[in-house]
Amino acid sequence: MRVPLSWLRAYAELPDPVDAAEVARRLTAAGLEVESAEPAGHDIRGVVIGQVLSIEELTGFKKPIRYCRVAVSPAQLGGDPGDASGVICGAANFAVGDRVPLALPGAVLPGAFEIGARRAYGRMSEGMICSASELAIGDDHTGILVLDPDAPLGEDFVTYARLRDEVLEIAVTPDRGYAVSVRGVARELASAFGVPFTDPARAALPGPEVLGGPLDDEGPDVWPARIEDPTACDRFVLREVRGFDPAARTPLWMRVRLARCGVRSVSLAVDVTNYLMLELGQPLHPFDRSKLHGEIVVRRARPGERLETLDHVRRDLDPADILITDASGPISMAGTMGGLSTEIDERSTDLVIEAAHFSPEGTAKMSRRHKLHSEASYRFERGADRELPLPASAKAVALLSRLGGGRIIPGCTHAQAPVEPVRVSMAADYPDRVAGVVYGRDTVVRRLRDVGCEVREGMAATAPTIAPWRADRAAGAAAPGTAEHGRHDRLIPVLEVTPPSWRSDLTDPADLAEEVIRLEGYENIPARMPRALAGHGLTARQRLRRTVGRALGGAGFVEVHTDPFASPKDSGALSLPPEDLRRPAVRVANPLSEDEPLMRTTLLPGLFRVLLRNIGRGFGDLALFETGLVFRPRPGAPSVAPILPVNRGPSVQELAALEAALPDQPLHVAAVLAGACELPGWWGPGRAASWPDAVEAAREIGRACHLSLEVRADKEPPWHPGRCAALYVLAPSPGAGANGGARAGGEAGGAGGEAGGASGEQAHEWLAGHAGELHPRVIAAYGLPARTCALELDLQVLFTAAEAAGPVRAPQLSSYPVATQDVALVVPSGVAAASVQDALEAGAGDLLEDVRLFDVYTGEQLGEDRKSLAYTLRFRAPDRTLTVAETTAARDAAVAEAARRVGAELRGG
Amino acid sequence: MSAPNKNYDPVAVSSLSPGEVSRMLDEALAAVAQAGSLEELRAARIAHAGDRSPLALARAEIGALPPEARAEAGRRVSAAQTQLKDALSRRQAELEADRDQRVLVTEAVDVTLPGDRTPPGALHPVTLLADRLSDVFVAMGYEVAEGPEVEAEWYNFDALNIPPDHPAREMQDTLFVAPSSGPGSAGGPGLPSQGSSGLVLRTHTSPVQIRSMLTRPLPLYVVSPGRCYRNEALDATHLPVFYQIEGLAVDEGLTMADLRGAIQAFVDAMFGAGLRTRLRPDYFPFTEPSGDVSMECHVCRGASTDPGADPCRVCRSQGWIEIAGCGMVNPRVLVACGIDPDRYSGFAFGLGIERALMVGHDLTDIRETVDGDVRFSRAFGMEI
Repeated sequence: MRVPLSWLRAYAELPDPVDAAEVARRLTAAGLEVESAEPAGHDIRGVVIGQVLSIEELTGFKKPIRYCRVAVSPAQLGGDPGDASGVICGAANFAVGDRVPLALPGAVLPGAFEIGARRAYGRMSEGMICSASELAIGDDHTGILVLDPDAPLGEDFVTYARLRDEVLEIAVTPDRGYAVSVRGVARELASAFGVPFTDPARAALPGPEVLGGPLDDEGPDVWPARIEDPTACDRFVLREVRGFDPAARTPLWMRVRLARCGVRSVSLAVDVTNYLMLELGQPLHPFDRSKLHGEIVVRRARPGERLETLDHVRRDLDPADILITDASGPISMAGTMGGLSTEIDERSTDLVIEAAHFSPEGTAKMSRRHKLHSEASYRFERGADRELPLPASAKAVALLSRLGGGRIIPGCTHAQAPVEPVRVSMAADYPDRVAGVVYGRDTVVRRLRDVGCEVREGMAATAPTIAPWRADRAAGAAAPGTAEHGRHDRLIPVLEVTPPSWRSDLTDPADLAEEVIRLEGYENIPARMPRALAGHGLTARQRLRRTVGRALGGAGFVEVHTDPFASPKDSGALSLPPEDLRRPAVRVANPLSEDEPLMRTTLLPGLFRVLLRNIGRGFGDLALFETGLVFRPRPGAPSVAPILPVNRGPSVQELAALEAALPDQPLHVAAVLAGACELPGWWGPGRAASWPDAVEAAREIGRACHLSLEVRADKEPPWHPGRCAALYVLAPSPGAGANGGARAGGEAGGAGGEAGGASGEQAHEWLAGHAGELHPRVIAAYGLPARTCALELDLQVLFTAAEAAGPVRAPQLSSYPVATQDVALVVPSGVAAASVQDALEAGAGDLLEDVRLFDVYTGEQLGEDRKSLAYTLRFRAPDRTLTVAETTAARDAAVAEAARRVGAELRGG
Repeated sequence: MSAPNKNYDPVAVSSLSPGEVSRMLDEALAAVAQAGSLEELRAARIAHAGDRSPLALARAEIGALPPEARAEAGRRVSAAQTQLKDALSRRQAELEADRDQRVLVTEAVDVTLPGDRTPPGALHPVTLLADRLSDVFVAMGYEVAEGPEVEAEWYNFDALNIPPDHPAREMQDTLFVAPSSGPGSAGGPGLPSQGSSGLVLRTHTSPVQIRSMLTRPLPLYVVSPGRCYRNEALDATHLPVFYQIEGLAVDEGLTMADLRGAIQAFVDAMFGAGLRTRLRPDYFPFTEPSGDVSMECHVCRGASTDPGADPCRVCRSQGWIEIAGCGMVNPRVLVACGIDPDRYSGFAFGLGIERALMVGHDLTDIRETVDGDVRFSRAFGMEI
C-alpha cells in the first residue's frame, strides 16, 4: 500500500518535522514493513498560480496552438496584458480568466526538467502552463490543470497544493487487513510514536443536519435492499444522493492524495469512493439509480447466471459467487467488481452508494475463481471492518453532496445479519510467557488498548491457550491433568479482551500476545542461548546417504540437481514396455511447463538432459550423478486425500488414509557416463567410460553401504539388452524393502533367487537396480553420445539391507604367509564370470582368502563358444603356514566345484 | 673339518703368519680400493670377506696352531678382518654416493607434469550446504527429519493453520497434483475442493514439522532440509524448485527468547561469533507471533551503511541480511497435531538454502544451482 505521510499525519499527531526514515523504521519494527519512503513534490520549483488574461489562437500549425498572456500578480490583472508573461500552450481546455499553474523560466519540474524562456511557433514563450501529469499528480496530460477560481494568484503552486510530501510503500501481510488503509497505518504510527490518534471513521462524521438523522437512521425513500444469504454478507448499507452534477470536478487536494497513493482520478463520484476506501479501508460502490430495477438482494448466484463486469468481461457465475442483484438479475459481484449495466456515467445524477461487509472466504473464493483481483476484493478477503459501512457511506454521501452539489436522501437502507461478538480470554501473563520477557499486566492491558481492544481485568480458574470455540477441548489430552493439579483452587489474573471490529485476525491469545510483543518491540526480547539436548545424531540412513554421495564424488562423479519433472514422451524414449512400473506417473495439474507435466519415475531422463547441456558447453567427458526422490503412483490408491479436521489431533486411521493417497517416493541414485573416464595425456591414451565402469560404480555404492551387490545379466530398458547388469542385495524378508517399491529378486527372471541367510534370518534377494550401457535406441532418442552408460539404484532397498546387516564385524587377521595358486578354467561362453567365481569360492572352503579374475581369453584353440577365465586364488590359514599339499587340495576342490556347477574344465589340465 | 692338531706343523699354518695375513689384507684392501662399481665391490666382498675368502680360510686354521699361538693369530686375523670390513663399508658408502650422484640424477623427472588422469568428482553445493546446516543443528542436539515431496494438502496447509481460501494460501503459488483417475474430489466436508486430489507438491518443508509432531515423542527438536516447489517463474533470484531447511522445537516453557538464542547460536556456528541478529515482526499462519530474522552483514559488518563508505554487494549496503522467517508455533498447529498447547509451546524457523548460498558464497544467479553445469559443482568440491 502506498500512502503519503501528510495523510497519515492528519490522524496521527506526529512530531513536525519527522524523519521519514525514522517513520519507516518504527512502522517496520511494529510489523508494517516499509519497503520504501520516497520524497514527492520536492523536485518542483518555480511554479506559481497564474490567471489567463488573453488567448490568441495561432493558426498555420499542424495542431491548435495558443499564445496566452498569464498574470501572476494582482497588479498584472488590472494592467496591460502585454506586461504579463506570454506563454505558448498546446492545450485548449481552459478559458480566459482560469487560474492555472504556470512554470516560470527557471522553474524545475519532476525529472529535473528545467523550464526556460524559448522561442516557439514564432513567439517568445516565457514559461509553461502545466498539466497534472507534468506536476506528477496524475496521468492526465491531455489538458492543463485548471485550478479553482479562489486559488491565490501568484502563490507558489507547490505550497498551495501541498505537494511536498513523503510517500511510504508498505508491504502489508495478509493478516493485517486493517492496515490497508490510512486509518490502520495512522493507528500503528500513533502507537509507534506514542502520540494521539484520531479515528477517521469516528471523527468529522456528517451530523443529522446532513443525513437527516442519526448514522443508522433508516430512510424510507432510500433504495430498498435485503440480505438473502447471511453467510455471504452480514451488513449491507445503501445511501442516496440525487441531483448530483456529473461534471463536477474532483478538488485538487483529493486528486493529489489519490495520485500519491497511485490511484487514477476518474470522476468525482468514483474518486470519492476510492478516496474513502483508501482512508478508511471500506470499499464503496456507486450505482446509477436510474439503471436499477426493484429491490436489491444480496444472494448467491443461480445456475446459468451471467454478468458483464466493469472491465467488459462477460462472466459465467458459479453458484457459490456472492451477487448483488435487482429485479433485472445480477448487477454486481459483491466486493469484487460492479456490473456494467448499473455503472455510473457522465450523465448519472442520482447515485446509490453501497457499503457492505462481505464474507472474507466468499470474496476470496470468488476473486480466485474468476481470476479477478480488485482493490475491493483485496480488502474484503483480508477482513474488512463490519462497523464501517454506516460511517463510510455517510462520509461518501456528504462528500458527494458537498463537492458535487447533490441532495442527500435522509436515512439509509440498512440490512444486517446477526454476528456473534468475538471475546478472547487470556491469562494476563500469557504474553510474558510467549516472549520470555516480564511485561506486567499494566503494559499488556495498555498495549491491547492501543490496538483498539476493550479489556476487562478479572480472575478465573483457567485461561486456555486456544480460544474454546477453536479447539475441541473435550477431546484434548491434557485438560484432565490440569484439573487434577488443582488449578481450580487458585484463581489467576485473566484479561477478557474484545478485539476491535477491524481486527478480525485477533481470535486467540497468541494473536493478542503478538500485538503486545510487537508494540513493546521484538528488539527488546533477549536471546537465551540453548542448552545442550540429548539428540541422537543422524540416522543410519542419513549417514549412508552422505556416504554414497561422497563415494561417488570420490570416484570422479559430479553431483547435479535436476528438476524432478518428466515428459510423457520419456516412457517411449526410454523404450519402457507398457506394463513397466516407471510408466504410470504422478501428474501435476498446473505444471510449470506443459511439456513436462509429470513427476519423474526415474532419474535418468533428467541426467540425460544435463549431460547434453554440458556436452553443448564443450564438456564431453562426463560422469554425473543425482540422488533424489522418484514418484510412483500406488496401484489402487484412493484418488483423493481427505482433509482432516484441525481442531484435534488426527487418529491413526485418519493418518493412514492420508498416507494411502500419497504415491511411493523412494530415494534413488542414478549416474550417467559419457566420453573418457580416464583422460589421454602425456602418459598415453585415455580410456573411454564403458559398461564395467557403470557396474563398478553401482558396486561402489553397495560398498559404501557395506553391501556386496550380486550382479546378474538382465534385459531391462533403457539398457542395452546384452550389456545390462541387474544388481541384487540380500535383505531380511518380508517387506523390509517393500516400501521402496522394489521387486523381489525372483520376479526379475534372473538366475536363481536362492540365497542363504547372512544373518541367520530368512533373507530375500531384492533388486536394487541396474547398470550398464544404454540401449542404442535410447541413445538415439535422447541424442546421447554413442555407448553412453548409466546406472540407477533404489537407495531405499540398499539402506534397508544395510540396516538389517547390523554393525561391521572386525575381521580376524592372520599373519601367516599367503599361498597363491593360479587356475585357468574353460567354460561355455554363456557362463557368467560371477557364477564361476561363486563356484570357486564355494569349493575352495575356508582357507580361501581372495579370488581375483586376472584374464579372460577366447580363441581358436579353445573351440567355438568357449572362453578361458584365469583366476588367482589366495589361501591363508588363521593358525599355521599352509603346506603345498593343503593349498593344492583346496584349489582342486574349487576347480571341482566349478566343474560341477558350470562345467568348467581346467585349461591344459 | 680339521680335528685339533696334535702335530705342530708350522708349514701347515703359514697362512696365519703375520706376513701372510698382512699380505692377504693388502690384497683385499687393494681389491676394495679398485672396485669401481657397486657390482665390483660386491665381487670384492665375496672374494676377500666371504666364507671362502683367504682371511676366512686362514681363520679356520687357527685351531691347528699350538694353543699358546692361537690367541695371537686370532687377534691378527680379527684385526685384519675388521680393517677390511671398515674399508668395505667406506667404499660401499663412496660408491653409493657416487651412484646417487649419477644414476638418480639421470632418473630425475619433471614433477610438474600433470597427473589428472581422472576428472575430479564433486558434490552439489546445495547438498553440501544442506548437510552443513543440518550438522550445525545436529550438534545442538536436533535431529534431522524428512518427509515426502508429494504431500497431502492437509499437511501442507490445513494442519499449518492455512485454511482454504485464506489469502495466505496465495502467498505460496502451489503446484497441485491432478487426480490420478476420475474427476477427483466431489468437494464437501472432509474433502479437498472440487476436482482436486488433495495432494500438492509441498510448498515448504513445514509439513515435516507436522509429521514430526505427530510421530516423535516430546520434547521435540528437529531440522528438516528438503526440496520444495512453487509455481513461480525461474529468474536470477527465484527457483520454482528449491531447497529449504526448517527447524522446530516443541518443549515446555519455550519462549521467543529461546528462539532468538537458537538463531544466534546458528549464526555463530555458520559465520563465527560476533554478528548480531535482529528480529522483526512478520506473518506466517503457522507461527504466532511471527518474525523475520536478519543478521549483521558478515562481509561489511555494517560499515557500508556509513555515509561515503564503499558499497557492499552482499547486503546491498543495508548492513543487515535477511536470513530466515521464524516464530512461535501457533497453538492451533499444536492442537491439530494433538499436542496440548497449555503445556507445550514451540518455535520454528526456516531459511532457503540457495539463498544462503547466495549470501555466503557470492552466488549471483540462483539458476546455476539447477543448471547442472559440472563447473558449478566442481568449484565447491566435496566440502563447503
